[in-house]
Amino acid sequence: MTASPAPAPASTPVRLLRRALHAPEADRANALPAGAWWLWALGLATAASRTTNPLLLGLLIGVAGYVVAARRTDAPWARSYGAFIKLGLFVVALRLVFSVFLGSQIPGTHTVFTLPELPLPDWAQGVRIGGRVTAEQLVFSLYDGMKLATLLICVGAANSLANPARLLKSLPGALYEAGVAVVVAMTFAPNMVADVVRLRTARRLRGRPTGGVRAVAQIGLPVLEGALERSVAVAASMDARGYGRTAQVPAAVRHTTNVLTLGGLLGVCAGTYGLLAAQGAVYGLPLLLAGLVVAMAGLRLGGRRSVRTRYRPDRWGVRAWLVACSGAAVAAAMIWAGAVDPEALRPGVVPLTAPVLPLWPAAAALIGLLPALVAPVPPSNRAAVDRPAQRGKEQA
Amino acid sequence: MIRFERVSVRYEGTEHPTLSGVDLTVPEGELVLLVGPSGVGKSTLLGTVSGLVPHFTGGLLSGRVTVDGRDTRTHKPRELADLVGTVGQDPLAHFVTDTVEDELAYGMESLGLAPDVMRRRVEETLDLLGLAELRDRPIATLSGGQQQRVAIGSVLTPHPKVLVLDEPTSALDPAAAEEVLAVLQRLVHDLGTTVLMAEHRLERVVQYADQVVLLPAPGAPPVLGPPAEIMKVSPVRPPVAELGLLAGWDPLPLSVRDARRGAGGLRERLADLSPPAPTGTPGASEGMSGAPEGTSGSHLPGASVPAGTDVPRASGPGRTPGPVVAAARPPPGPPPRGGAGGPAVSAVPRAWGRGCTGGRVGAAARPRPGRLARLLGRGSAAPVTPAAADPVTRVDGLGVRRGRVEALRRVTLTVAPGETVALMGRNGAGKSTLLGALVGMIEPTSGTVRVGGLAPARTDPRAMVRRVGLVPQEPRDLLYADTVAAECAAADQDAGAVAGTCRALVSELLPGVGDDTHPRDLSEGQRLALALALVLTGRPPLLLLDEPTRGLDYAAKGRLVGVLRGLAAEGHAIVLATHDVELAAELAHRVVILADGEVVADGPTGQVVVSSPAFAPQTAKILAPQEWLTVSQVRDALEAGA
Repeated sequence: MTASPAPAPASTPVRLLRRALHAPEADRANALPAGAWWLWALGLATAASRTTNPLLLGLLIGVAGYVVAARRTDAPWARSYGAFIKLGLFVVALRLVFSVFLGSQIPGTHTVFTLPELPLPDWAQGVRIGGRVTAEQLVFSLYDGMKLATLLICVGAANSLANPARLLKSLPGALYEAGVAVVVAMTFAPNMVADVVRLRTARRLRGRPTGGVRAVAQIGLPVLEGALERSVAVAASMDARGYGRTAQVPAAVRHTTNVLTLGGLLGVCAGTYGLLAAQGAVYGLPLLLAGLVVAMAGLRLGGRRSVRTRYRPDRWGVRAWLVACSGAAVAAAMIWAGAVDPEALRPGVVPLTAPVLPLWPAAAALIGLLPALVAPVPPSNRAAVDRPAQRGKEQA
Repeated sequence: MIRFERVSVRYEGTEHPTLSGVDLTVPEGELVLLVGPSGVGKSTLLGTVSGLVPHFTGGLLSGRVTVDGRDTRTHKPRELADLVGTVGQDPLAHFVTDTVEDELAYGMESLGLAPDVMRRRVEETLDLLGLAELRDRPIATLSGGQQQRVAIGSVLTPHPKVLVLDEPTSALDPAAAEEVLAVLQRLVHDLGTTVLMAEHRLERVVQYADQVVLLPAPGAPPVLGPPAEIMKVSPVRPPVAELGLLAGWDPLPLSVRDARRGAGGLRERLADLSPPAPTGTPGASEGMSGAPEGTSGSHLPGASVPAGTDVPRASGPGRTPGPVVAAARPPPGPPPRGGAGGPAVSAVPRAWGRGCTGGRVGAAARPRPGRLARLLGRGSAAPVTPAAADPVTRVDGLGVRRGRVEALRRVTLTVAPGETVALMGRNGAGKSTLLGALVGMIEPTSGTVRVGGLAPARTDPRAMVRRVGLVPQEPRDLLYADTVAAECAAADQDAGAVAGTCRALVSELLPGVGDDTHPRDLSEGQRLALALALVLTGRPPLLLLDEPTRGLDYAAKGRLVGVLRGLAAEGHAIVLATHDVELAAELAHRVVILADGEVVADGPTGQVVVSSPAFAPQTAKILAPQEWLTVSQVRDALEAGA
């Protein structure tokens, strides 16, 4: 509201639309389901996997980064984005280093420099260490590394935007207990880190060095001991609060559940094998799908044993669909572009050509920015955005 | 509501039952307080109500416990979850989810309540406990009092008929404890919840109790009765009851308000007696408190007061006004403490250095650092000496920042040898940070810290050990070894002390603990004493304690007070960070109150504490405006006057 201009005399359709699009402040009721963010990020990642054009990849990274900057919270998991970017850079660097030292299959004419080549015996044919390094080969590995890095950064974006605990909460009922175990484990990791810090400072209090093998050995045991004690305490608390209460289920239902789950999993395994094996492509896919359906039915039936209900589950509203669909749209557009104009998405390295930004795929990639408009704004960001605006108003 | 019928509990591998012959009934809608010294089985008794004993902990329970007609033998804890809510001392060990709202809903989800019911109850509970603004916050970012309220709220949402609380306020500052107790009060009065609660800090809770169950000794049958009656016979009782007994009031007052009504006569009797001399000068105050029977365990005849306490007595008659009393009884170990002028810090490292080379301690285990340290020690001996002429700990304009948070701002503080300073203030006020800066764990962002003339954060830990010692909030953090003896040997080596120094200290502070005892098997108070002995092995002139009375009962607290008084009389400067106003009143010469990282009050205990509603001990509240702080002061004055 603060962003909208001075009150217009009449509410025109345009204004109504703007008001509807204006993202509300995020709270529990309108929080996007974690699944929506993951679908959006996987869409971007799929798009990235279809191209090696560095301009498009850069655009995708920019889109993901902008959305993260606009919509991430102060939560601990939200800080992981930087780590993923560093990981991406590391992957690019590693890819280049391997290419330089181990050579590449890419034929090239532009020699950048030549490393002394290690003479290898005959049986190691096809393996090369050192030797000529060409510009083509470097550019190829750069493109390739960038593709991997973009995939990682998209996953990092989902990771920093979606609450992992909420993602686990949307597991089917039969898997609930496994989900709780993961959530408890996730809250344990920071506690253990805190323990380590505390015990290291305590070593200092006794005048001992805080580093070294002895320190690790001496701190390790109390940390594990503390973790064990805490898990026993949490287990007691969960037990006393009704964790694991089960409903009475008829024996027939129980047996059906077991048969369905096991049969379904077997089907999934056989189907996957069929898909991967050379001659099984015909029955592979149907078998995989049937197995999945049966396993899902088993899980659903298994959920009957659990009496638990869900408190305020995430709702898939219009905004969630928009976020998820924007990612899917980017992926679809990129796949289509790959079929229509493969040259634009995979700029050639032999001969070396400057990559060109294909207009339509680039425009499609920008659809991925939609979440930065429609997703609810986290409160802290909103405060930061509003404060200057309000100050401006007060001065006016 | 809760019935115990001939209940006894015995854990595996123990000779005597932890509980036996428990035969009592807790009526519906009452707040029943469970009291008794440490180790009498209070937690076990509470555990039997929720079914965690014996279903979760193991052990053998005989007899029968029924809660609202459900027998805990046939009902597992999870099947009692809709009836009994349990909250322990450490709220963090209780939480399963990560945000306040999810935590409140967790119990109801497990019970399978309908979504609209859950939603309504969460909103009601948020209002009832005043948590509405915190609903979306991650639990880890809440303060201790808020966490404890969330823990209580999380067991309230399934609408249990019985609430079982094990020391709910022990870890909280006075204000946060009052928050929690107000909530309990409201539950009992408005919702008719039955509350069964164990708590060491009786001064906080006894006035709210409808009945008190006393477990006098391990294995002894419990006594149930009205609070005033039970407090007369209880081995543990709050200062207000202590004062009431002393003055012979009947009925025994349990709240400050009741006591003030009857205190007119006592105030008159005390009016012409002078309150204790201004406690600014440590020597004088030691003399005052050194009167016979005046210290620590006076209400606990059985409490063994370690030998340290006879030091103030010995030095008392002299009433030395100076800051330091020459140690009447030199500490064990070879180097006699410096001249009468004060603990000459320069003498300590040199003496210990000699001890180190002479005894060849540690040279074999860590050859390189040992040699290096010795080299450094010799090399730096000359520059240290002039600085060491200043035994006073000085903090000047100290600021500490963590990220964007300013944990401390412009803190200025000096601590003279022989002086005891209590740091008080709410959780998160910066008390632990200040201790951390004094011991060198935290580097100051601005300002200076000088301990024994050195900047702690820039000095090698091995050198600092002999200048300042900190007993952390969790004394267990200091213990690594399997046995007390190994722990002592390691401490001697760490501090470069002659072998046996630490063991002698342990025998002094912890009589009757064998060499082979595992530190984990010690009680809370014993563990604290062991940690204290380890820290004292380096004979640091400055001793810091962070929340030393957390989880201690009155007896252990009494022993601690005795030990610390003895150390102060020997010339140790002591800084305590504590929420325990009674401890501060007993021990401290000076109280420093921190708020938001700033010093808001600094002065003699009497003056600072009497004027403050939150930090005044009960005796001060009862006898205000006269400046009496502890029951023992009043007793001594009355005896002297009689």
